[in-house]
Formats: sequence, structure tokens, C-alpha cells
Amino acid sequence: MKTTPMTMIQALRSAMDVMLERDANVVVFGEDVGYFGGVFRCTEGLQKKYGTSRVFDTPISESGIVGVAVGMGAYGLRPVAEIQFADYVYPATDQIVSEAARLRYRSAGEFIAPLTLRMPCGGGIYGGQTHSQSPEAYFTHVCGLRTVMPSNPYDAKGLLIASIENNDPVIFLEPKRIYNGPFDGHHDKPVVPWSTHPQGEVPEGYYTVPLESAAVYRPGSELTVLTYGTMVFVAEAAARESGIDAEIIDLRSLWPLDLDTIVNSVKKTGRCAVVHEATRSSGFGAELTALVQEHCFYHLEAPIERVAGWDTPYPHAQEWAYFPGPARVAEGFKRAMEK
Amino acid sequence: MSKNAPACAPLRLHVPEPTGRPGQHTDFSYLHLSPAGEVRRPPVDAQPAAIGDLAFALVRVLDADGNAVGPWAPQITPERLRFGLRAMLQTRIFDARMLIAQRQKKISFYMQCLGEEAISVAHALALDEGDMCFPTYRQQGLLMARAVPLVDLICQLLSNQRDPLKGRQLPVLYSVRQAGFFTISGNLATQVVQAVGWAMASAIKGDTKIASAWIGDGSTAEADFHTALVFAHVYRAPVIINVVNNQWAISTFQAIAGGEGTTFAARGIGSGIASLRVDGNDFLAVYAASRWAAERARGNLGPTLIEWVTYRAGGHSTSDDPTKYRPADDWKNFPLGDPLARLKQHLISIGAWSEAEHQSVQKELEAEVSAALKEAESYGSLADGHVHSAASMFEDVYEDMPAHLRRQRQELGV
Ligand SMILES: Cc1ncc(C[n+]2csc(CCOP(=O)(O)OP(=O)(O)O)c2C)c(N)n1
Ligand SMILES: [Mg+2]
Repeated sequence: MKTTPMTMIQALRSAMDVMLERDANVVVFGEDVGYFGGVFRCTEGLQKKYGTSRVFDTPISESGIVGVAVGMGAYGLRPVAEIQFADYVYPATDQIVSEAARLRYRSAGEFIAPLTLRMPCGGGIYGGQTHSQSPEAYFTHVCGLRTVMPSNPYDAKGLLIASIENNDPVIFLEPKRIYNGPFDGHHDKPVVPWSTHPQGEVPEGYYTVPLESAAVYRPGSELTVLTYGTMVFVAEAAARESGIDAEIIDLRSLWPLDLDTIVNSVKKTGRCAVVHEATRSSGFGAELTALVQEHCFYHLEAPIERVAGWDTPYPHAQEWAYFPGPARVAEGFKRAMEK
Repeated sequence: MSKNAPACAPLRLHVPEPTGRPGQHTDFSYLHLSPAGEVRRPPVDAQPAAIGDLAFALVRVLDADGNAVGPWAPQITPERLRFGLRAMLQTRIFDARMLIAQRQKKISFYMQCLGEEAISVAHALALDEGDMCFPTYRQQGLLMARAVPLVDLICQLLSNQRDPLKGRQLPVLYSVRQAGFFTISGNLATQVVQAVGWAMASAIKGDTKIASAWIGDGSTAEADFHTALVFAHVYRAPVIINVVNNQWAISTFQAIAGGEGTTFAARGIGSGIASLRVDGNDFLAVYAASRWAAERARGNLGPTLIEWVTYRAGGHSTSDDPTKYRPADDWKNFPLGDPLARLKQHLISIGAWSEAEHQSVQKELEAEVSAALKEAESYGSLADGHVHSAASMFEDVYEDMPAHLRRQRQELGV
């Protein structure tokens, strides 16, 4: 298939374009999503192409956006709704946790909620506490939801198409710091565009990246690193700078996840570090650490390391002291190697 | 099953659209304006059910020639009006200067209130000391009217070492308790119901303070807004609920928030709340309606919802380019004009102001803002790294720092 260099924004738009074209049941909506094309421009041009009954603006009501998506999904549509920032998803909590996630279970399959909720997440843009959060752990804790987070344009498009086609509700988290290029945590260095990265080369048409499948982003022999989103690139920089031959696993699907890839890697390296941007305590890293402990205990040569955001709200001015950058991640890697 | 269904055309989805998009001309007749002086002024103890018409009319005092006309023309001294004009002018000059500072990369982000200055300034004059406002990011006029030191505000914008909020919040999300200005949340609509709670607390304690809640037209779609109306009505809370209808919510026209074929003031009627729809660009109307609502609240007569009809003349924020979704010259055609020019015209017509005085006050305020910016910059900025320490990031999460945060602070080495 013909490929084109795309940013993550273009790749996401292309995924929605492909699905709007292929499936008349796909509808796209959210705050500022219709005429304007979204504050990050992910849906730019789609309303013009597919009309206002398929791509439209919504009132500012996240509970409303998810509530109507549940109703539409139950009717037979495939809603793809945007929450403007993941930090603003909380008003929709009841519709997600008590409704979308359980519709299939409580009706014994009579009704389903095949919706995809896209939302930009993560920091690194001086967005302060209401434009920087990584709320994945709130969702991975909910039975019946799928939680996905791509780290590059190729995966973003393939995972979004797979999510739209999936009959379960999918929380689709988009790390906004890497919308326009991979970011390794060195905020003082020039921005690298996706056009220089192999994963920025994206097929124009339909393809999927399967859910529940992790990717080995960087093969290595000394240490298994479990991570996702922006932190894939930070972990890569930390490996390079520390000289540790880390095997970096990009989880892509956080829950349900690809346990085999994780277990095989940890059994090979005997060491494991878990890295995420979200706050540390009761973060998704706690689940990953428990899984590795359960499945690989006798292969581990050292305690599992966790590197994460501090347990504070995301500050505005102290952004880079807060963000788990390459130096902090490398320290974690070293600790995992020492013991 | 389909036996009862008559043969009919397929259903279709209605998605509201503004009359003007880029390159077009907005038809503002959807606003349904009332002539100045024409709308009745009921007594403050009027029953909400008896004044439902006011939610569909438009209270206006200043006519096209700058005369104060009709039953809502308030008792207010020329001195207070001069103070109001000055505070509006200061707000506008401050906004303009901070926009430049943002473009110069001195501050990371900014939001102006161009065209909406009368609402917050005149409302502030109608409140008393001790009353609490729960503002959004577009009520800096409240701070100007309460003479909060500009240096403090700019230090917050610069996120520098003297930022009273320790660099925690995005620029503009101020918190100034002593000026009756509640900490601004970035999450829309959450604070309207909190204002109701604050007002209920004042009633529970037998105090005389009232609360004033602020929300934009777009944000009234959030459930928290509707919840606030229910609680305010049930407990007859001493609160004013201000809906600033500036026609836009980022790129989204007010019809997408539910304004088509009705008004935002009408939201109050169904909840049993006294509701007014007022010309937000008419300083005298804003003052008069705010006084009316404040008197009701303070007299145990319950809440008032006021829809202020105005226009967001600038971009949503420094991240926004409004020419992408609305006509570039829209504000010029907005029928309610410029609030500053209208009060100025009125003051000149009553002999309490002059063009020369206007020029000199403008110069004076520009110098004041520049001096404040200069002083604030001397305390550093986010751009030059002179911010609150990394260690301070761990403070205020809890009253006393728990062990896990102390460990994390040590790990950071600060
Ligand atoms: C819960 C929530 N959802 C979305 C946003 C993003 N957002 C910030 S401002 C805004 C538009 C608000 O419009 P309006 O209420 O009309 O106020 P205005 O900006 O016009 O003053 C949006 C959608 C947010 N801050 N919080
Ligand atoms: Mg608005």
C-alpha cells in the first residue's frame, strides 16, 4: 500500500477518514470537532467531506457526549467522540464507568457500546494541571473498558481503526506532546518532526494494528522496560545515555494487554523497569509490577523499578522537575541493574 | 409493530449553524433586542413565575445617544461611573499589554476579555465587601474594579518567584481571596454549584454575604450548571448566577450550547429562578440589574440568573485564531457596540468626562501597566527560569506532607 509521511494528527485524521468512508455507521463528534476540526485539528476537513450528520460539534458537556455515544452505539452506530483534553473527561465518569463499560454485561449481550473516546493526554506543553494529566489508571481499573495509547503515527492510525471496529468501548489516549514529533524528554533541544522517524511513514488506506498486542520498540538483553506513549522515547534516550542494553516494550494496549510479550522479555533479561508519566501511587505501573511479579518471580534478579510522575498535581512552572525525563529514568534503570 | 406509523419522510439530524462564517455577514437579528428603556423593572420581591417575560426581553438603559432612559436607569453618582470607566479602561489596557507580552514569549498563555469589560466591572461595583465571586478566566474586570495590585497579577502571569500561586496554575487562573475572587478552576462549570454552596453557607451561618457565580454560554451545557440551578432554587440561596453569553465558545456558536430559539436566561425560569436578560455592553444596565439581583439575594428573596448579552471580541485565548470560524469584522457589526465607548459617550453627555481627560487617563493607565510589568519582570519569569523552587511543588498537596511525598522530594534532590 502507498505510504506517506504523517504526523500523529494527520494519521488520526486519516484513520477517521478511512472509517467514515468505509462504514456509514461511523460518526465523529465532540467540542469544536465539526466546523473547526478540533482544537488540535485532528478532524479538520471531515465535516466538509462527510456532512454535518456524520461529523458535528457538540455542546460542552462531556457526560452528554459520552451519554449520546452510548445511545447511538446501542442503536447500531460506531461513535468516535473526542474529549477535548483527557483532563476534562471526569464529568463523563458515570456514563463511562457505570454505563458504557457494563452495557453488554448487564443486558447479557442484548445491547453493546461500540464507542471510541479519543482524548489528548500527557504533559510537556506547559499546560498546567488541567491540560497535562495522564488518567489511564482510572480506566484500566474498569472492567469492560479497553484502554489504548499509541506512541507514533503508524500505530495511532492502525490502533484507531481497530478501536473503531471493536465492539467494546475503547478509551483512546493520545499523548499530545508527540502529536507532531517524537519527544525524548530533552525539552531544551530542537523539536524532531515525525518525517524523520520510520514510524512516521503511514499507509494511506485501511490497515489495523491489533489491540492487545505490544511492540518491542527496541530489542535488548539486559533490562525489560515496560512503557507506553511519550515515555517510549524518553526510555530510549535513557537507555542510550546510560549505556544499558534495555529492551523497550511499547504496550500500546494498556488493558486488556499482551502479557506474553512482557513475560517472554522479562524471562530473557531477568530485570524489569516500569515507566509512566502518570503519578506513581496506584498508577498503572502498580498493575504491571504485580503482573511481572506473579509471572516472572523466579526469573527476576532484582526488584522491579518504577519511574513515574511525582504524586502531586501537574504544576505549570515546575514542569521539567515534575516530568520523569531521561536522567530520572536512567537512574531507575541503573537501580534495576545494580541490585 | 410499524402498523401505527404513518408513511413519513426519513428523519434527519438538525445541527445548528451560525448565520455568518468567514467571508460572510452575520445576521444578528437572532438576538431579539429590546429598545433602551422599554423593559419593565419589577420590584425586587417579584415572584419568579410572574416575571418570565424578562428572560426573553433585553434590559437596556443607554440609548443610541448615550442617555440613560427607562425604569432601570440606576441611582449612581458620576464619581462611581468615572471609576467604572477607568477600571474598564485599565482592564482593556492591561489585556492589550499582556497579549503583547505573550507574543514576546514573556508569558506562556493569555486570555483577554475585550468587549466584555462592562459586565465584571459594573457587577463588582454592585456587590459589597465580603461577597465572593466564583469567576471564569474572563472576569479580570472584577480584579481591576477591586484594585488588586497589578504587580501581583503579572507575577502570576509570569509564573515567577513572586507568583502568589507558586507557579502551579496556568496564567490567568488567579486566586485572590481578599478581593472576593475565588480560585479559578480550569474545568468549566464546576464552580457555579460551589458558589451556591458558599451562599448556602452564608445563610446557614446567618451572615449577610452573598455569592456571585460566573459561567460562559458554552459551559451552561455542563450538568453542573443545571445542578446549580436546582440547588439554588431549593434552598433559595443568596447567589447571583451570571451567564456571560458572548456568542462563542472557542469555535462553537452559542446555538450549539442550546441558545437557538430560546435564551440562556430562560434556563432559570424552568427552575423557578428569577431570570433577567440584560445588555452586557451597557454599563448602567449591568449595574442596575446586578443591584436588583444583589438586593434580592441579601433580602432572603433567593437567587437570580442573569444572562449578559455581549460579544467575545478577541480570540478565545492566545492559542486561538477566530478568523478560521467567524467573520473577521463580526464585532464591528455586533449591534450592542463597545461597552467602553458607550459609557464614555454617556459621561461626556452628562458633562462628567471629556475627550481630553480620556486621553490623559489612558496615558496614565498605560504608564501604570508598563511600570507594573517592568517591576514584575524584575522578579523573573518562566522564560528565564526564575520560578518557585522545585521543592515547592510538593507543598499544599496535603496540609502536612506525608512520608511518601517527602521521599519523592528527596529523590528529586531538592
Ligand atoms: C470540562 C471542560 N471541558 C472542556 C474544556 C475546554 N474549554 C475551555 S474554554 C472552552 C469554551 C468555553 O466557552 P464559554 O463557556 O462560552 O466561555 P467563553 O470562553 O466564551 O468565555 C472549552 C471548551 C474545559 N476547560 N473544561
Ligand atoms: Mg462564550
